[in-house]
Amino acid sequence: MSSYSITAPTTAQKWGAGILVVLYAVITILPLLWIVTTGFKSQNDAIAYPPSVLFEPTLEGYVNLFTTQTRISDEELAENPPETWYDEIAADRGMSIVGPSRFGGRFLNSVIIGFGSTFLSVFLGTLAAYAFSRYKVPLKDDLLFFILSTRMMPPIAVAIPIFLMFRSLGLSDTHLGMILLYTAVNLSLSVWLLKGFIDEIPREYEEAALIDGYTRFQAFVKVVLPQAATGIASTAIFCLIFAWNEYAFAVLLTSGNAQTAPPFIPTIIGVTGQDWPAVAAGATIFLVPVMVFTILLRKHLLRGITFGAVRK
Amino acid sequence: MAELSLHGVTKRYGDTVALDDVSMTVPDGSFVVLLGPTGAGKTTTLRVVSGLDSPEAGDIRIGGESVTSRTPAERNVAMVFQQYSLYPHLTVRENLAFPLKSPLLRTPPAEIERKVGAVAEMLQISHKLGNKSTELSGGEMQRVSIGRALVREPAAFLMDEPLSSLDAKLRADLRVELKTIQAERGTTFLYVTHDQIEAMTMATHVGVLDHGRLVQFASPREIYENPVSIYAASRLGQPRINILPADLFGQAPPGAKSIGLRPEQIRQGEGEESLVTRVERLGDETRLHLNFREHDLVTTVAAHSGLRAGDVVRIRPERPFYFDASGARTH
Repeated sequence: MSSYSITAPTTAQKWGAGILVVLYAVITILPLLWIVTTGFKSQNDAIAYPPSVLFEPTLEGYVNLFTTQTRISDEELAENPPETWYDEIAADRGMSIVGPSRFGGRFLNSVIIGFGSTFLSVFLGTLAAYAFSRYKVPLKDDLLFFILSTRMMPPIAVAIPIFLMFRSLGLSDTHLGMILLYTAVNLSLSVWLLKGFIDEIPREYEEAALIDGYTRFQAFVKVVLPQAATGIASTAIFCLIFAWNEYAFAVLLTSGNAQTAPPFIPTIIGVTGQDWPAVAAGATIFLVPVMVFTILLRKHLLRGITFGAVRK
Repeated sequence: MAELSLHGVTKRYGDTVALDDVSMTVPDGSFVVLLGPTGAGKTTTLRVVSGLDSPEAGDIRIGGESVTSRTPAERNVAMVFQQYSLYPHLTVRENLAFPLKSPLLRTPPAEIERKVGAVAEMLQISHKLGNKSTELSGGEMQRVSIGRALVREPAAFLMDEPLSSLDAKLRADLRVELKTIQAERGTTFLYVTHDQIEAMTMATHVGVLDHGRLVQFASPREIYENPVSIYAASRLGQPRINILPADLFGQAPPGAKSIGLRPEQIRQGEGEESLVTRVERLGDETRLHLNFREHDLVTTVAAHSGLRAGDVVRIRPERPFYFDASGARTH
């Protein structure tokens, strides 16, 4: 192509952009790759120096992550030969599995609290954003600023008042408490993001629905919500990522019943020495839900469904 | 199918008065066209009647009942918007079925299928029913939007320049189609347009709006032949009425400031000389741009006239309109 175009990139530009993207991807993916591979290493490979790039994969880390083990002597081992593949992996290290670890429970807590608070943030955020976008709310700008101002300091700055409040309300170490806390933190982001998306949806659609025989609420459900799907999906992803990864409040406010995975994973280190493969295995599994959630909603993120609907 | 009336309706947007004490009665089964430039209050009238906006003062009645405090859904009117006509997340079929599925109508599925099919056929969009509404051309979108109003049997149709984005042929087809629907169903229409052919051919009544005031409400013929002001006279007629100083052709009645001449009010071949400055051949007629005592005017001649720029034509006013200094008609 010899003609010059301001919209179509040249071959050199395409290659340049491609190389930059690949380089950036390598830099960001390397630590993740390191975590994922460490999860499949033996303990010796994990701490080998120089680091072993090629190694014999083992599920040892995963078995250690999900089980509680105790050391047994060779005689005891001879009496109770390992019955399953995971018993065998433990037996190779002179250990016997005595039961499941607490990881499963902690992971479930993360799922309940993460998705619960995401649902609540997006649900309340959508209603609030719609009201701010469409109705004459007294002191609207001040209210919006006030909502945003809750994010002007790091949430952990109010950790002590929240700790005391949770203790007197009996919310410490409960799922409900953590869901409410993460919702409160996420709500400002959710209201602001969604208000932007809903502002973009022309009122004419709702007006048409009103005339077509629908009530305001029905018009909201049938006309506004489907068009706000893109915004709702991306807001949900942001909320989930925050609630999923939150560490400081989780350490402070949960200890057993409602403890999430982030404060639990580091405690694995202490169980049987420095078990890096188990920690890495925990981190890998911990990554999966957010990844799956993002991939599921990717379609909505990429599809600009209102594009082109305007009469020119 | 119902009579629709406005009684002293006033609507403000902030400091702007969009409608100023407007009263009019749209008789049952009539086709009323609202004329006026942008900002005259045409769209506001539709919004107030539909219930999307509520007036500061006045009363709106449909079928004799006051609907001023009712929601748009309860008023049972169908409206075609000038813009954002279709729900972008639905297919053409779903768009057409949308009003029928409303909690107000709850049409059975078989009935929906039949009505949607019939309307799609009429508007020549049957082959597009499965398409996403965003995949249509502008003209197709507007046809679906008209179809969404036509599937219902409302008390009145409110249409805001529904044909303005269509090409000439389709516009002519739909003009006939809408007029047929109106004649067959006897439905009341309140219709906004800039297109005077639409106004002249479709309207049983024309309302002329000027800065929120209704300045004349009469049949299109009456407004054309007997306008109350320069403003009303300028709304209809192609080419536009010529407004010239009243005494240009000699003696003017007392109080007259301007003389208004439509092409047919200019008798050619008699009277005084004027210079042809330009000849526009439009096919079915030919327009003459004349210069008469340093004033420009436009009139028409037969399509095959041999006149050319530079020729001289004698002209004389014939039963002209006279207007006073404020633009109101005096004679």
